[in-house]
Amino acid sequence: MSKKQRNPHDKRRLTKRMVREWGWGYLFVAPWIVGVSIFFLRSMVQSLQFAFNRVELSNGVILHPLENGIFENFVKVFTTDVNFPMILANFGIGLVLQLPVIISFSLIIALLLNSKIRCRGLFRLIFFLPVIIATGPVMNQLSAQGVSSVPMVSQNALLGVLQGLPEFIYEPINNLFSSLIMILWNSGIQILIFLAGLQKVPRAMYEAAKIDGASAWETFWKITLPSVKSLILLNSIYTVVTLATGGSNEIIELIYTATYTATQGYSYAMAMSWIYTAVVAVILIIVFLLLKEKSDRKVVYEQKRVVMKGV
Amino acid sequence: MNAVIGKERNAAVRQNRKEKWKKRFLGSAEKRGWIGSFVVYALLIVISFIFVYPVLYMISRSLMSRSDLLDSSAMWIPSSITLHNYESAILTMDYWNSLLKNLYLAVVPTVAQVLICSAVGYGFARYNFPGKKIWMGVLILAFLLPSQTTALPNYLIFQNLRMIDGTIKPFLITSILGQGFKSTLCILIFYNFHKQTPQSLIEAAEIDGAGHIKAYFRIALPLATAAIVVVTLFSFVWYWNETYLVRNYLGYGTTRATGLTTLMLELNAFEDSYASAYTTWASSVTSSDRINDAIRMAGTVLAIAPLMIFYFVLQKQFVESVDRAGITGE
Repeated sequence: MSKKQRNPHDKRRLTKRMVREWGWGYLFVAPWIVGVSIFFLRSMVQSLQFAFNRVELSNGVILHPLENGIFENFVKVFTTDVNFPMILANFGIGLVLQLPVIISFSLIIALLLNSKIRCRGLFRLIFFLPVIIATGPVMNQLSAQGVSSVPMVSQNALLGVLQGLPEFIYEPINNLFSSLIMILWNSGIQILIFLAGLQKVPRAMYEAAKIDGASAWETFWKITLPSVKSLILLNSIYTVVTLATGGSNEIIELIYTATYTATQGYSYAMAMSWIYTAVVAVILIIVFLLLKEKSDRKVVYEQKRVVMKGV
Repeated sequence: MNAVIGKERNAAVRQNRKEKWKKRFLGSAEKRGWIGSFVVYALLIVISFIFVYPVLYMISRSLMSRSDLLDSSAMWIPSSITLHNYESAILTMDYWNSLLKNLYLAVVPTVAQVLICSAVGYGFARYNFPGKKIWMGVLILAFLLPSQTTALPNYLIFQNLRMIDGTIKPFLITSILGQGFKSTLCILIFYNFHKQTPQSLIEAAEIDGAGHIKAYFRIALPLATAAIVVVTLFSFVWYWNETYLVRNYLGYGTTRATGLTTLMLELNAFEDSYASAYTTWASSVTSSDRINDAIRMAGTVLAIAPLMIFYFVLQKQFVESVDRAGITGE
């Protein structure tokens, strides 16, 4: 094929070759495109339709327009279920509180695992364990037993101070401490991602810093942290997504039961899930805006990365 | 004169020794001192304990007899090890039967998922085609949005096709079309990995006469072994642990008697099945037969045991693969 390219009709041949490339590209991606069109794009549209219409089930789905304004289902979610706004707010605040804990914790573990230690394999085995067993039903069983909090830590002193706070702030903080283990168990994949990133920082960079007389503290802030900064954003997004879609989530349970409850039904459940999606999207956007690198620094960072790749 | 020199030398030696000890404790630029090591290992051990604590608790509880549960002095170590709880849990969950069904329900879609996601990731990483950016955007969107919004319409699709009958069909179809559990993440992992494969290697193979398919199977896939290990393990774990979508695809009315089941679903329904199971076993249910923590923990251990075995078998490859898998999304 490469020999054929070198004839006078080079340009036309090239486009022909490109078309063939396009074909192969689409061939590899084809199953996914079919799948995503049916099970994601079409389903998204349908669930929107459900949320903005009244659904009747008789030998298939029939949609009726709403009588009391287009947002009737959404209004219904907030007016009929008194607990929903509260649960939603708790979920949001809980997520925002858990996020920095998970991120800093997994970074610390990744740093420890990346340093020169003995029994590295054993420690890794232990730290990746949550990836395997941190799951809805198991977590429920464990937290029913009260294993979800660290036994030795006396929380009383701290909680006494917090008791003065208003309910909606106190609740999530209390949850944070009473289920600390469960939260930390959510950091398995994040540790993996940080570790993989840390291992890509070239040794030469640390050695150069050492020769220049940098202390370990300075090295951490000047080399290690900037190198994993893009991973902090990635990990934060990943954390939000997994916590929001995880099976042990109260809101998902609510949506599920609403779907099969006669008085609530499909429209109600879909309105609920779109409200939920909006909340998650807002949190994702905030996380993204907070953690994304500023444009001028990004240039420097990119340059550094090019240098690093060169090394 | 000599005495003075001796004194000076002694002082120098002492100074030297002092430095040496200081170095040992506080560390130097080249080596971590004892204090540093102590802090690192103390942290590692404490955090390890936090991670292992629930597992240890589960196992020790599940081996306790009824009297041990009530005895506060037997907080950790059972006075006598009993396997009675496991017998009860096995009966309650119909364990061996459920295990086989669950293995079938987890292994088959996992294999399909790994094969398809790798090919899709390769397609995105290797080729340029019109509309690629848009499809990548859809991919990211599918990753970010909670799957609960699409779960109900997807359920209706399968219901219209009369496939919600407690069989593997919905799981297989979704995974073959790259829409299995967390398929999007798998595709992204493979995309990142195939992107690292040098393009020149594949082009060289093509010059040597290998077709596109051959280049993929002979060169790209073997180079992606690390990613395959990671994705296989993760997919298996996700298929094993998911409950919400599994309930959706198996159908609300499906029980282990009428169709497939998973151990996690059985664990969710543990309390109820225990109650109903016991009334059929024993004509009179006495208080000593009532469910207790030990039986529940035995059920939990049994539900995750296959995952643990799988993990310990694959762990060496897994830990090594993670180093190379490049799941960092750069």
